[in-house]
Amino acid sequence: MAGLATTFGSGAMTNPIYEITEEAELMLLIGTNATEAHPIIGYKMRQAARNGAKMIVCDPRRIDLVDEADYWLQLKPGTDIPLLNGLMHIIIKEGLEDKKFIEERTENYEELKAIVENYPPEKVAELTGISVEDLYAVARLYATTDKAMIFYTLGITEHICGTRNVMSVANLAMLTGHIGRPGTGVCPMRGQNNVQGACDMGALPNVYPGYQAVANPDIQQKYEKAWGRELPNKIGLKIPEMFEAAHEGKVKAMYILGENPVLTDPDSNHIRAALEHLDFLVVQELFLTETAEYADVILPAASFAECDGTFTNTERRVQRVRQAIEPIPGQANWETICQMATRMGLPMSYEHPSEIWDEMASLAPSMAGINFGRLENSSLQWPCPTVEHPGTPFLHSGKFTRGLGAFQPSDHIPPAEMPDKEYPFLLSTGRILYHYNVTTPYSPGIASIWNKELAEFHPLDAAKLGLDKDSKVKIASRRGEVTSAIKITERVQPGMIWMSFHHTATPTNALTSDALDPITGTGEYKVAAVKVEKL
Amino acid sequence: MDRVKLTINGKEVEAPAGSTILQAAEMAGIEVPRLCYDPHLSSLGACRLCVVEVKGNRLLPASCVTPVTNGMEVETETDKVVQARKTILELLVANHPLDCMTCDKMGACKLADYCYKYGVKDSPFVGERHEYPLDDSNPFIIRDMNKCILCGACVRACEEMTGQDNLSYLNRGFNRKATTAADVPYIESDCVFCGQCVAVCPTGALVEKTMSGKARRWDIELVRTTCPFCGTGCNFDLAVKDGKVIGVLSTPEAPVNGQMLCVKGRFGWDFIYNEKRLTTPLIKKNGQFVEASWDEAYDVIAEKFNAIRDQYGPDSFAALSSARCTNEENYLVQKLTRAHMGTNNVDHCART
Repeated sequence: MAGLATTFGSGAMTNPIYEITEEAELMLLIGTNATEAHPIIGYKMRQAARNGAKMIVCDPRRIDLVDEADYWLQLKPGTDIPLLNGLMHIIIKEGLEDKKFIEERTENYEELKAIVENYPPEKVAELTGISVEDLYAVARLYATTDKAMIFYTLGITEHICGTRNVMSVANLAMLTGHIGRPGTGVCPMRGQNNVQGACDMGALPNVYPGYQAVANPDIQQKYEKAWGRELPNKIGLKIPEMFEAAHEGKVKAMYILGENPVLTDPDSNHIRAALEHLDFLVVQELFLTETAEYADVILPAASFAECDGTFTNTERRVQRVRQAIEPIPGQANWETICQMATRMGLPMSYEHPSEIWDEMASLAPSMAGINFGRLENSSLQWPCPTVEHPGTPFLHSGKFTRGLGAFQPSDHIPPAEMPDKEYPFLLSTGRILYHYNVTTPYSPGIASIWNKELAEFHPLDAAKLGLDKDSKVKIASRRGEVTSAIKITERVQPGMIWMSFHHTATPTNALTSDALDPITGTGEYKVAAVKVEKL
Repeated sequence: MDRVKLTINGKEVEAPAGSTILQAAEMAGIEVPRLCYDPHLSSLGACRLCVVEVKGNRLLPASCVTPVTNGMEVETETDKVVQARKTILELLVANHPLDCMTCDKMGACKLADYCYKYGVKDSPFVGERHEYPLDDSNPFIIRDMNKCILCGACVRACEEMTGQDNLSYLNRGFNRKATTAADVPYIESDCVFCGQCVAVCPTGALVEKTMSGKARRWDIELVRTTCPFCGTGCNFDLAVKDGKVIGVLSTPEAPVNGQMLCVKGRFGWDFIYNEKRLTTPLIKKNGQFVEASWDEAYDVIAEKFNAIRDQYGPDSFAALSSARCTNEENYLVQKLTRAHMGTNNVDHCART
């Protein structure tokens, strides 16, 4: 988010999903395992590749789409910046950059040029483990293909240098003019169903709905007038800072809606300690989760099938969610929040979620043209400023949201923790097809076929450790330990272990690093040093 | 694009060059019966039910694979065509269980619909019948290969939509079968349980296990909604019977995904009826959660949150909103945090 917001002026996915099959001539995937984490997008990528679009996969792990790829760059974890800088180095050296685009639509090009100058192919090959030949081939192919889309997910962002990684991806797209047209762009695919929407709605410490800064006095005044209350202009705490403040006793009370940070956030023992420290915790949840255990009051939540409202997908498309059955706890979540707020002293008397949307839209210009009536039989992609506006499938046409695109070059930032003598394995984590962060283990159907963690080990490591397919292992990092069943597979590199984080019995995030991206506060889920013991 | 002029059932029709007769007919609002044809899959011309009469052509071409030409004169429901379709249906039902009264697909079965349309009750052709065992090896899909009409839609969906290539044809002639490699049950195959095969199957050969025995198709209420897993934003219909969700059906009208879904979207919805769902507010007393009324819960919450704010200041409060919840819920959470608690300490896991 922050990376694209700085370079382009908007943190959202630039181009729509349908362009994968309808427009793209090349797809560059970096740190994204689409067929498992975003299956429908992954299936479309596969269709496009089989229909002749080129595919380049940059991933330390042999993900399924490698089978469809023209090039698989199996980079060492945490070397995305050197790889991207190396590609840009070649592009500039060979004169394949889009000079007109750089001249007319970007700034800070000279700094980029100076930094990537220091990433010649030989050096990059050594840092990333990718051959010089592949670097040349991929750089030329991406630069010379007219319609090339870049996709990334958490393999790019969940590093201490996550924001710099994103900026480097954006640099590559701008260098070659692969943005602002159909079939191009930079597409971060949002992990959860409504991450985009939660950001759009201002569930962020620095902005009101529609990305309007809390520190901007005009905006503050607009909301004060609309809400009839004095509002704070100091930027609030991000999640890791909230838990840190809870540790320090500065945050005393929390309200947690539909999140389970104990299972999903990095370094979970630290989160548990923070929750224990609170004077008062309210959790609104479907299930008695690991986080809810710490609550003083639990409010039962309604599922997606029990609520009216909207979700906004990764391509900024606002779509209806419709109540299909009576809420199991007796009322929808929006009703619960309204009643709670009213009791606390902020009267909320909406009759229907459409009224909540309308209030939001009246205060957020980028979504002002969207209403439930228009969404009844279709969907709309913001920006959509007026009710006549058809929505915006792709961003940055002719001009970036911030005006000129800003090159933000970076040098290599190695992961905070690398394997050493004591913790010799590199642990990387991610999502598997059958599970979604936290609700799917409660699906009896899905749980019946995939009910436990299977930590992935390379056959060479398995042999070294004396493991077979039925082995159980204890995996420990400097922060915690878990036990797990294993899977022996060449999908991972030797020296690397890969795990998901969906299972209560193997809470992988007890192991993950406490290192954070300094800009976004994102945890470095993708690299931690661990040791393994056969049980 | 070049346009081609032809007549269909005496009506003058124009279609882009390269269109098939079936597509041209559809553009003119003329429905041609079809079993194996699906607009989102490649055309196979396997079932022959879409045959039409073309002037000057002594055979009856399958309209789904025959391109239009200028001046073509097409008739879609002549006696000859109807007789051919009847024979095709009689051949199909000669080896298809006629247990329609208990079949889960009844009401959404194209074979039954066309037999009804052409008055095919039974088959004059008597011969060997398949007796394949049912494959209900997995929690999601029931496969009854006795009901398969070899239209190949499942094979094409697996290959062309998902790209999993888990299904293909085995054997020849009477023993031909659309199945997994080595004919193993789905659970032992490379199946990823996206269920695209079920979505395109025109008969009861592939059905959603959760819906089996739960409702006749015409009694199901469909509620269009957006998937709660991942950020792709697939739309689908929740199938509701007597106030309960019994399944998910995909729809070609979904803007992002069309008929396609993944295992989570199509089959993961049953978490909503997990017995561990919380149903009442709970208040912790002496370390134990005790059931409480909404009013009691709100009283405790209001008193505590307000007291902590008043004593320690607005920034002693923080709210964690949710990337799983709706826009409207998120809006309310940040409004409550800012307008009432007086702090911008609101965030959600945008970064995970």
